[in-house]
Amino acid sequence: MEEYVLNAQGLSMRYHRTLALDNLNLTLTPGKIVGLLGPNGSGKTTLIKLTAGLLTPTSGEIQVCGQPISPATKALVSYLPDKTYFSAKQKIRELLDTFQDFYADFDRERAENMLGALGISLEARLGSLSKGNQEKVQLVVVMSRRARLYLLDEPIGGVDPAARDYILNTIITNYDPTATVLISTHLIEDVERVLDEFIFLNQGKIVRQGTADQVREETGKSLDELFREVFKCLPNC
Amino acid sequence: MNWKFTGDRPVYQQIMETLRGAILKGELPPGGKVPSVRDLAAQAQVNPNTMQRALTELEREGLLVGGGTSGRTVTQDETILSAMREQALQALARECAEKFMVFGLTPTQAARLLVALDTPKEES
Repeated sequence: MEEYVLNAQGLSMRYHRTLALDNLNLTLTPGKIVGLLGPNGSGKTTLIKLTAGLLTPTSGEIQVCGQPISPATKALVSYLPDKTYFSAKQKIRELLDTFQDFYADFDRERAENMLGALGISLEARLGSLSKGNQEKVQLVVVMSRRARLYLLDEPIGGVDPAARDYILNTIITNYDPTATVLISTHLIEDVERVLDEFIFLNQGKIVRQGTADQVREETGKSLDELFREVFKCLPNC
Repeated sequence: MNWKFTGDRPVYQQIMETLRGAILKGELPPGGKVPSVRDLAAQAQVNPNTMQRALTELEREGLLVGGGTSGRTVTQDETILSAMREQALQALARECAEKFMVFGLTPTQAARLLVALDTPKEES
């Protein structure tokens, strides 16, 4: 099973009456940047939270690098939530201390260099930064871990195009060939050039999956166009 | 290098065209060092695997050589370079002819217009 960074089988997640994930099967191999694409409420964040071990599935199984979700897999997974969990009062230096304490694979020097290049002071408090810079700081600390699986939930939501470029560049330049990056977003046009593979999720099910260049080769369409086409005829979006 | 991409064709093919263009224009001279996959991917803002694929394809075509630890260089093989140049110019000619054809001009008629551009202006 070790050949899969992520292996989900028969995965379902129910919140009261809502079935957020519906018997989903998914495997991811190392060295890929994968787009998890779908409209709002399609189950993207649920899948990511299950993989990060923040939720327990109603049924089915997930393995990361061949191991069931556990503290051991949390050490292999670097997770960027869609909402921040850092305190606005915290100084960036303290945030780096926390990461160093929590994660053996945290490369502090790398994080400090990247923050230096951004001109962000380690003494600054997170709350004093602009929204774009806050997002950059979070991405820098998450990508500075030497993890096997990066889960980035909406990393480019709500930032300006320059910040978006910076964030995509950080993802491209920091990932290594043994690791896989799963990026969830609905801003497909912005990310499609950096993706190896894509997953279209709708109502908790995978409706299409493949490689981005294959779509362009076979259909002459961009992922964005294909997305609009696939989701136009589906209910609830 | 000018990285621009359209959504309707595979990115690796578009990268190959940009790199061929850079070689033709002399931005990447024969025998010159090609930047690393990582640097090029960052420059073009594309996936490193896609960049890798484009470079491997160009290597297969013989336009790039090396690819080991010392990095890739542009070939110095004149035969390959001139074949590539020939191909690129023919493609340009075809593209140009197609544009004229939209207006109902044959390539010969179009060529006359091109030749006219070449003649020095006569004093009136």
